[in-house]
Amino acid sequence: MSTPAFIFDAIRTPRGKGKKDGSLHEVKPVDLLASVLKALQSRYSLDTSRIDDLIVGCVMPVGEQGSNIAKTAAMVAGWDEKVAGMQMDRFCASSLDATAIAAMKVMSGWEQLVVAGGVESMSHVAIGVNGGPWADDPATSMITGFVPQGIGADLIATIEKFSREDVDAFAVTSQDKAAAAQKAGHFKKSVIPVTDANGLLILDQDEFIRPGTTVEGLSKLKASFEFMGSLGFDAVALSKYPGVERINHVHHAGNSSGIVDGACAILIGNEKIGKELGLKPRGRVVASSVTSTEPTIMLTGPTAATEKVLKIAGLRINQIDLFEVNEAFASVPMRFQKDLNVPWEKINVNGGSIAMGHPLGATGGILIGTVLDELERRGLTYGLCTMCAGGGIGIATIVERVSSY
Amino acid sequence: MSGFIYEKDKDNIVTIKMDMTGPVNAMNEEFIKLMEETVTRLESEKDGIKGVVITSAKDTFFAGGDLNQLVQIQKGQEQEFFNSAEKNKSFLRRLELLGKPVVAAINGAALGGGCEICLACHHRIAINNPKTQIGMPEVSLGLLPGAGGTVRTVRMLGLEKALPLLVEGKRLKPAQALEAGLIDELADDANDMMKKAIKWIQENPAAVQPWDKKEYKIPGGDTKNPYIIQILQAAPSMLYKKTKGLMPAPKKILAVAAESLRVDFDTALRIESRGLTNLVVSPEAKNMINTFFFQLNDLNAGGSRPKGVEKTKVKKLGMIGAGMMGQGIAYVSAKVGIEVILKDISMEAAEKGKAYCDKLCTKLVSKEKMAQAQKDELLGLIKPTAEDKDLEGCDLIVEAVFENIELKNKIISGTEKYLVKNGVYGSNTSTLPITELSKATEKPENFIGIHFFSPVEKMPLVEIITGKKTTPETLAKAFDFAQQIKKTPIVVNDSRGFFTSRVFGTFVDEGCKLLQEGINPVLIDSLAKQAGMPVGALAVHDEVSQELTKKVGATNKELDAKRGESFCSTNPTTIEIGNRMVDEFKRGGRAYGGGYYDYPENGPKRIWPKLYDLYYKPEVNYPNQDIKDRILFRQVIESIKCLDEGVFNAVRDANIGSIMGIGFPPHTGGVFQYINTYGIQNFVARAEELAAKYGDRFNPPASLKKMAKSNSVYK
Repeated sequence: MSTPAFIFDAIRTPRGKGKKDGSLHEVKPVDLLASVLKALQSRYSLDTSRIDDLIVGCVMPVGEQGSNIAKTAAMVAGWDEKVAGMQMDRFCASSLDATAIAAMKVMSGWEQLVVAGGVESMSHVAIGVNGGPWADDPATSMITGFVPQGIGADLIATIEKFSREDVDAFAVTSQDKAAAAQKAGHFKKSVIPVTDANGLLILDQDEFIRPGTTVEGLSKLKASFEFMGSLGFDAVALSKYPGVERINHVHHAGNSSGIVDGACAILIGNEKIGKELGLKPRGRVVASSVTSTEPTIMLTGPTAATEKVLKIAGLRINQIDLFEVNEAFASVPMRFQKDLNVPWEKINVNGGSIAMGHPLGATGGILIGTVLDELERRGLTYGLCTMCAGGGIGIATIVERVSSY
Repeated sequence: MSGFIYEKDKDNIVTIKMDMTGPVNAMNEEFIKLMEETVTRLESEKDGIKGVVITSAKDTFFAGGDLNQLVQIQKGQEQEFFNSAEKNKSFLRRLELLGKPVVAAINGAALGGGCEICLACHHRIAINNPKTQIGMPEVSLGLLPGAGGTVRTVRMLGLEKALPLLVEGKRLKPAQALEAGLIDELADDANDMMKKAIKWIQENPAAVQPWDKKEYKIPGGDTKNPYIIQILQAAPSMLYKKTKGLMPAPKKILAVAAESLRVDFDTALRIESRGLTNLVVSPEAKNMINTFFFQLNDLNAGGSRPKGVEKTKVKKLGMIGAGMMGQGIAYVSAKVGIEVILKDISMEAAEKGKAYCDKLCTKLVSKEKMAQAQKDELLGLIKPTAEDKDLEGCDLIVEAVFENIELKNKIISGTEKYLVKNGVYGSNTSTLPITELSKATEKPENFIGIHFFSPVEKMPLVEIITGKKTTPETLAKAFDFAQQIKKTPIVVNDSRGFFTSRVFGTFVDEGCKLLQEGINPVLIDSLAKQAGMPVGALAVHDEVSQELTKKVGATNKELDAKRGESFCSTNPTTIEIGNRMVDEFKRGGRAYGGGYYDYPENGPKRIWPKLYDLYYKPEVNYPNQDIKDRILFRQVIESIKCLDEGVFNAVRDANIGSIMGIGFPPHTGGVFQYINTYGIQNFVARAEELAAKYGDRFNPPASLKKMAKSNSVYK
């Protein structure tokens, strides 16, 4: 029997608009990550020499996020030199997987206390600047049938017959739920304010949410992937889905995940060290799975990963109380809901990445914190976080709310 | 009425003449108000304006930040200060986005904020007056250019060219500023400047800053450029090598400059404001503003000079002794046009001294820092001689012969007759009591100590020592002479070791004490440098030489016996170890082939291996902080004793003397400011801790404890 992996806390920065006029643009990625690390340390007066490892998801680990940003941020945060630090990239699944790996390390008994996290300053290191053969090398892309994610999202909508109005309506719901949650203070517990070196406030809450978004307003936005599709990407995608006549391009900036800056950190450990350091468990990592699905459509992984993780955990889907399904594009959670017939009332109850943004490498960890906060608020038991990721990857993690060991 | 004078000419060119309250234009609340009014008016009248010239109605263009205001900003006021910094620069931003050409017509000094105003203009023209200074010296006061100067300099010149200007705080003459790229044009006079400004406006109706153009690329490359990456990687280490990490300002400037390149212009400006906010409340900035601005200005304005005595100038200087000190004094004197009789015991020795001056000039000429004519004139003023009678008619004689009372007395009594009536006789001594020396003269009232530091042409300080009978007139003359040769004079009263030598002695002594206690000599010198001393205590003893320590020690022993004093007890270990090094091991110092260090011909100095056998005890382990504190506290406590004994009259003189004369870490603001920053009660507690652990010499003097009780500060 493995050692249970408890979650002691899961915190994050607010998500700032990922452009030069975003509030967090003035904060370097390393400082953004260091700020959550510092906050985690000071919240519990943690003796950081007790932390066995730090695993940080980052999807563009180059330039200002390059050279193992995890170790660098640990040094900047003044953490004990014993904390080794590792940066990992599993595309958008990175920090959800960082959480799983941290849990596995603890469950194996090899390590006692591990911090998982993620960082992505999209205003500093833009999506795609890391390059890579999958998209940039013709021979490779011809073997793999690469198309941009948005084409896959549109293909899902086409196959599932989600109309433009349907996906826009979903986006509006995400905005409404996020605005209501922010107003009600649902994120307060886990969002730490970002300050400058003087301690002056830079940002203390998500700034990407647009309350009052309407379907009518969204209808004016032009579909983002129509032109790209027409270049030939649609043809590549359809070569795998010959039964589809043509792709209906429905996604745009308003119903896709927002480009933002953000970071998160999750403290995971076993009972022994938790008691020793006086940490109260908030959750337990029950199980996690990764799998992968057809890479061209790319974004259908959540269903497969969820089925897989339920099997690992020995749970039925109706035992899960809340779901966080990353809103990479509106069609992703919509397809997930349809595949598994999950009641809408259980999915993304506080909104998602369409409203609040998707700081690639940091989002998975943010979902863990969000679902845990909500399980506590509602007094429920099981939460499941799932995400699609590049190459068809799907990831799903189940956490259980606990209040004692 | 003061303010910004706004005048529009027939060609619709607006000239703004800055004429603020007070003797200079400065960046303060009045400036923010005037800028807001002016920029708002320019924006509203924009359509009827062809361009703008910004100039000053005063002799100087603009003086920079208002330090009286800045020094008062305390921790807890960061938000308020940050907001005001943001507001201040927002008007400059609006000015450069006006859509009409704006020219800075720099009629006089434009330093700090003044230079930053110029950078927010589209074009800069300065009158080519070599006395005008242009630049951003904020770093020297612990600050950074925070009115857009850091961001704009980097964007205008590129990182490589901008960093030296910002990190070293260079003050440039207009011609140098042009070469550095800080300004665009030189003008012959005010008329020419205005003509050129108007011409530029007419030729550039749609002026836009480079960084606001779509096609803008940073000169020299951005942060992805391999060469710039090299600079970004090496600059912090180069800075550390220089400052040991003790100066927050250059660190912050480097950080802001680099970060500014990774974000858009407006975000960069905000990062700069945060950096300035951080520095403004730092103790280092307070210390440096206090000591290098307020106290130094006070000193240079004659704070320690007797009042009511008319200012004098030396015309003819008699310099006795053409050795290391004499030749340097001759050089700095001739450089300002003083005729110098350089006398030594032989013509050959005197000529050697002059040859040294020739060497210094030649070096400057080759670097184009001196004109050949200037060199000829300077050397023409120095007359080497071996004859006393050539000293006839000198209004000041300075002797710089070996530190030996009999020798000095003989020279003084033999030569004072050549002085003009009421001429001053000065002795360059670092330790011998002036009153003692003055006994050899007929006119002790005209006798004074003028203590120079080596190398004279580089060291900025002169320590003036008044004897018992020295008159205020004599002191005033010596003070004026020091200023005439562009030195900063501090004034102290006659006592053993005066101020600088006495305190310096304790620095060396503490190093020797640590050595004697068994501490690794490398560690002793490394930690002294980490504490901020320019050179380690052992290394500096090698420079001064153990030979000299031995000789001076013997002289002081005699003096102690004669005068019933115990000066030797201020540095007993130096004497003990210095004597041992000379007597037992012939290690007389660097000039004598080596001391604590060996000095191989090819390669850096290394600790003399035998030193480990003699002193090193690996089992003795002190916390590094203790070693650093011992080195600084020892000097500070000795300074307090000097103050108690009336060695100097003003804390200011001790602060500046300690930094300029001894090398006490500049970021501390000097020996007394160090206590203020440490917190006087904390200082007492720490001194008592050190005393309990390492000896009574660290016991806080009674005067300090008394001040701590009332929580006073040294002012």
